Amino acid sequence: MSETSVLQVNGLKTSFFMDKSEVPAVDDVDFNLKQGEIIAIVGESGCGKSVTSLSIMGLVPHPPGKVVGGEIIFNDEDILKASESKMRDIRGNEIAMIFQEPMTSLNPLFTIGNQIIEAILIHRKWNKKQAKIKAIEYLKLVGLPRAEELMNEYPHQLSGGMRQRVMIAMAMVCEPKVLIADEPTTALDVTIQSQILALMKRLNKQLNTSIILITHDLGVVSEICERVIVMYAGKIVEETDVKTIFESPQHPYTKGLIQSVPDIRDKKSRLYSIPGNVPIPGSIKQGCRFADRCDFVMDKCKVETPDLITIETNHKVRCFLHQESEENTL
Amino acid sequence: MFSYTIRRLLMLIPVLFGMTFIVFFMIRAIPGDPAQVILGQLATEEAINSLRAELGLDQPWFTQYFEYLKQLFTLDLGESLRTKTEVSEEIWPYLAATFELSFVALIIAVVVGVNAGIISAWFQKSWFDYTAMVVALVGVSMPIFWLGLMEQWMFSVQLDWLPPSKRENVKNPVETITHFYLIDTLIQGRMDQFIDVVKHLIMPGIALATIPMAIIARITRSSMLEVMRSDYIRTARAKGQKMFWVVYKHSLKNAVIPVLTVIGLQTGLLLGGAILTETIFSWPGIGRYIYNAIEFRDYPVIQSGILIVATIFVMINLIVDLLYALIDPRIKYN
Repeated sequence: MSETSVLQVNGLKTSFFMDKSEVPAVDDVDFNLKQGEIIAIVGESGCGKSVTSLSIMGLVPHPPGKVVGGEIIFNDEDILKASESKMRDIRGNEIAMIFQEPMTSLNPLFTIGNQIIEAILIHRKWNKKQAKIKAIEYLKLVGLPRAEELMNEYPHQLSGGMRQRVMIAMAMVCEPKVLIADEPTTALDVTIQSQILALMKRLNKQLNTSIILITHDLGVVSEICERVIVMYAGKIVEETDVKTIFESPQHPYTKGLIQSVPDIRDKKSRLYSIPGNVPIPGSIKQGCRFADRCDFVMDKCKVETPDLITIETNHKVRCFLHQESEENTL
Repeated sequence: MFSYTIRRLLMLIPVLFGMTFIVFFMIRAIPGDPAQVILGQLATEEAINSLRAELGLDQPWFTQYFEYLKQLFTLDLGESLRTKTEVSEEIWPYLAATFELSFVALIIAVVVGVNAGIISAWFQKSWFDYTAMVVALVGVSMPIFWLGLMEQWMFSVQLDWLPPSKRENVKNPVETITHFYLIDTLIQGRMDQFIDVVKHLIMPGIALATIPMAIIARITRSSMLEVMRSDYIRTARAKGQKMFWVVYKHSLKNAVIPVLTVIGLQTGLLLGGAILTETIFSWPGIGRYIYNAIEFRDYPVIQSGILIVATIFVMINLIVDLLYALIDPRIKYN
C-alpha cells in the first residue's frame, strides 16, 4: 500500500447557526486518508460523523450549516476554498459518496440507466452509447445480475440491497480516488450487509479507491477497515488501527462502545450500555464532552478540555487518564 | 393503461347523464317562462299558451326530459329559442373565443406560476421568495372584476397601450375560419390583425390568469420544498450535477404531480368560470353566451352549454390522471 495521502483534513470546524447561536457539530477534526486505505469513523448518532463527510463533499445544508474553519487538502489544494464549479468537478468524479438509505437515495422517476449515465456524462465527454456500455460494466462489477435489463428498470422494482449496489456502481463509475460511505449497510439485512461490505472491500482492492466508512456498527468496522477514528460530540476521541481498537481501547468512550456490542455467546449478563445520551451539540461549554457519562471522571475533566495526544505510534487518545500517565513518565 | 382509459371514458356516460338531469330540472325550477320572455310583458294568455304548446313546454317535465335525451342521442343539441338557429352551429364561435382566452391565460399561469414557485423554493427565504409569495397571496385574494377594471384604467385609459375590450378591432374584423383568431389571422398572413388580436388578448388573459397563477405558484413552491429535502436530491448533488439540473430535472419531475392536479382543476374553472372576465372585457365567450341564455330562459342553449363545459372539465381531469402514470412509473392503472 502506498503511503501517499489522498485526503487530509486539518482542524475542520463545521457549525450550525440556529437563532443566532452557533452550534458546533464538528469541532477541530484532523485526519489523514492514505491511498487505497479504508478508514472508519465511528460514533453514536449526533456525534458529527455525517457532517464531517458532508463537509468534505461541500454539501453541508446551508443555511443553517457552514464550515467555519480548518482545511481539507485534496490534490494539493484546499477544497474548502474551491469554487462551487470546481467542487462540482470533484463531486462524483474524484470524491464520491453513498448514503445510508438506499430506498430513498435513488430518484424514483428515472431509470437506473438514466441515473448512472447521468453520473458519467456530468464528468466525461462521452456519447450516450459509450456511457451506457460503461454503466452496464459497472452494474456487473458490483455483482448485479441482468445488468442490461436493470438499465431500463426503476428503483422501486429493486430490493434495498440491489439499490445499494446501484448506488455503489453509480459512485464508482467515474473511478473516484475517495469513496465516502455514510452508513452504507445500516438499512440492510445482515446477510446483505456483509455482501455489500465484501463488495466495497473488493472495489477498494481492485480500483485502489480509498474509502471513508462512516458507521456506528463496530462489527462493520472489524470486517473491512484498517484504521478507526472514534468521534464523540464533534471531536475525535481516539484514533488507531483496527486491531488495537478491539484489543486495547484506551478512551472510556471507545471501551463503552466495544462493550456495547452484543456477543452471541454471552447469554447471562445484560448487554452493557453507556449511560446517558450524546450531549446536544453546543450544550457543553467547558471540560471533556464525555465527562458526564464517563465512569472514570475526575474533577479536572469537568473544567479542562483534554488534548488529542499520541500515546503510541498510530494511537491517539483524547483523555486525561493518559495525559497524566504520559506526564508522569516524562 | 388503454383499458383504464376506456373504462374512464365509459364512466363519463353516467356522469354526463347525471349532469343533464340536474341542469334540465334546475333551469326549469327557476321562475320565468321562455314563452313569456319571448312574447314580452304585454302578451295575451292565449298567445303564451299556444307558444308553450309549440315549444313543447306544456308537456309534463319527464316527457320533456325524455324528448331532450332522445335528441341528445342523435347528437342534436336543439335549437335556440331566441335565435332559432341550431345550438350546435351557433355555439362554436363562443367556445373558440373562450378556448383561445383560456389557453392564453393558462400559458401565462403555468409558465409564470411554476417558475415563480420553483425559484422561490430554490432560493427559499430570499427576497424573491418573500416577494413572490406576497404577490401570490394578493393574487389569490384579488377580485377579478376589480383587477380587470384597473387594467383597463391603466393600460387603455391612462397609457392608451391596449384596446379596452372585445376580441378584435371592429373596424378591421378578422375573417373567421376556425374562429381561433390567432390561428385565423396567421393562416391569412394578416400580421397587422394578428398583433391586434394579441393586444386584445393581453389584458383579459392576465386578468383570467391571476388566480390560477397564484395558486400554481404556491403549490409548486411547497411541493418543490418537500422534494428538495429528499435523499435523491442529495445524491444528484453528490454526483456533481449542476444545481439548475438538480432543480429542473430531478426535483421538478418529482414535484409536478400536485401541480398538475391543480392545473387540471384550474383549467376547468377557466373554461367555465370566465364569465366575469368575459363580461368586463366584452369577450364573446361561452360564459357570456350561457349567461345571456339564462336571462332569456333559452333552455336548449343553457343545457348544451353546460353539458359541453362539463364534458371538457371531465376530459381534462382524465388527461391529468393519465399524465400521472406517464410521469411516475410507480403509478399503475389497471
